[in-house]
Amino acid sequence: MSEPIIVFEDVVKSFGSHVVLDKLNFTVAPGEKVTIIGPSGSGKSTVLRILMTLEKINQGVITVGGEPLWHERKNGALVPASEAHLRTMRKIFGMVFQQFNLFPHMTVLRNITEAPTAVLGLSKKEARERAEELLEMVGLADQAQKFPRQLSGGQQQRVGIARALAMRPKIMLFDEPTSALDPELVGEVLNVIAKLASEHDLTMLLVTHEMRFAREVSDRVCFFDRGKIKEEGKPQELFTNPKEERTREFLRAVLEG
Amino acid sequence: MLFGFHWDTGHGELVFAWSILPMLLRGLVVTIEASIVGFFIALVIGLIFAVLKDVPLKIISYPAYVITEFFRDTPLLVQLFFLYYVLPDYGIILPAFLTGALALGIQYSAYTAEVYRAGIEAVPKGQHEAAKALDLTASLTFTHIVLPQAVPRVVPAMGNYLVSISKDVPVLSVVTVLEMLNVAKIIGDQTFDYLVPLSMVGGLYLILTIVASAAVRWVDAKLPKTGVPMR
Repeated sequence: MSEPIIVFEDVVKSFGSHVVLDKLNFTVAPGEKVTIIGPSGSGKSTVLRILMTLEKINQGVITVGGEPLWHERKNGALVPASEAHLRTMRKIFGMVFQQFNLFPHMTVLRNITEAPTAVLGLSKKEARERAEELLEMVGLADQAQKFPRQLSGGQQQRVGIARALAMRPKIMLFDEPTSALDPELVGEVLNVIAKLASEHDLTMLLVTHEMRFAREVSDRVCFFDRGKIKEEGKPQELFTNPKEERTREFLRAVLEG
Repeated sequence: MLFGFHWDTGHGELVFAWSILPMLLRGLVVTIEASIVGFFIALVIGLIFAVLKDVPLKIISYPAYVITEFFRDTPLLVQLFFLYYVLPDYGIILPAFLTGALALGIQYSAYTAEVYRAGIEAVPKGQHEAAKALDLTASLTFTHIVLPQAVPRVVPAMGNYLVSISKDVPVLSVVTVLEMLNVAKIIGDQTFDYLVPLSMVGGLYLILTIVASAAVRWVDAKLPKTGVPMR
C-alpha cells in the first residue's frame, strides 16, 4: 500500500468534559473511498470537521499529504499551525455539508464560481466554464441562473458537491450528505457521489447512514463508537460478518430501522 | 422676507400659511438633506464599529465598545456643541450643516452598530463554515457572504433610525442650520405668529415620516429575504 494521505495519531478531541475522539488512530490511502458509520455522538462527523479545520484538536497529530494539519514544523519542533498554514492545508479538502450551506443570495453559478475566482484567481470565463462542466456532471446544467431556494433539496446538495469540486480538492469530505433530504431525493445525490467515486482518483471520506451506499461505493467501512474505531474492514466483510457485538447491534438497528 | 419669498400677514391665516409654505419647504429640503447625510454617516461609521466590536482582540474591541457607549449615552446637543465650538480650536472648521450632519451620524452610529451586529450574528454558522471550507479569506467572507445576507435583516431597524434622525434634525437649529423648525421660528419672530408656522412644521413632519416609513417598507418588501442578490 502506498504512503497514506491522511494519518491520525492519538488524536483527542473533547467539548468540555465530553470526549468526542479518544486517542484516535486512523489512516486513509490516496484515492481510497472510506465510509464512516456509527451512532450519533460517536465522533464520526467530528473527524471530517477537524480535517476541514472547522474544529481544533486537543491532542495528537494529524498529517495530510506528509504535512502536519494542525501544526507547523519550526526548527524541528511542531508548533500550533498559523492561519496561513491552515489556509494552505484547506485547499486540499472539499466539503459537502448535511444542510448544504449554499450561499442563498447567490445564483447556482455564482455559488460555484465565487471561490475559484476569489481564491484560485481564475478569470470569470475560466471559472464559468469549470462551473458549467461540473453542473453538467451533476445533471443541473440548466439551473445555473437559479437561486438555491428555487431548487429541491437534492438539487441543492448536487450544487454543493459541484461547488466543492470546483476548487479541485484532492480529498472530498461528505458529512451526512443525504440526511437532510426527503427519501425520494436521496438517490439522485447518491448517484452523483457514486459516479464521482468510480470516475475519479479522489480520496473520499463519507459519513452516512446509507448502508446500501456504504456497501456499493466504499473500499473500506469504519464503525465508530465512543470516539474510537471499533471495527473496520471491507464493506462485504463488515456488513455480512461483523466481529464486534457493538457493530452487530448497530447494523441491526440501522438496517431494520 | 426669507429666501426671497414674502409673507402675507394681512389676508387671514390661510393666505399667510400659503405664503410661508415655500419657505418651510426650503427648510424641509434642508431637514431631509441633513437626515440623509447624517443617516449615511451613521451607516458607514456604525458598520466600522460593528466590525471593530467583533474583532477577537480586546485591545481593539474594548475601545470600540467604550466609544460607542459614550456616543450613545451623551446628549446629541453636547456632541453638537463640541463639534461646533471645540473643533475649530484645533483648526477643523466645518460648515454648520456638515457639523450637524456629522453629530447626527456619530450619535446614531452607536445604534446602527448594534443593528449591524444583530444582523451579522443572525447569519447561520453554516455559512461561515462553507466559506471556510472554500478557503475564502475573512474579509471576502464578510463582504460577499455575511454582509449581503445581513442587509435584509437590518433594513427595518435602520429605517426606523432614519425616521428618528429626521426628528432630531431641529437640534441643528442651535448651530444656525436653516432646517424647517428654524425657518418656522424665524417666521414667528418676524410676524409674531408662531401658531401657523409651527403647526405647519408638525404637519410637514407627519407627512415626511409617513412617506419615509412607507419607503422603508417598500425597500424591505423588494429585497429578497435571503440577501442582496449576487449573480
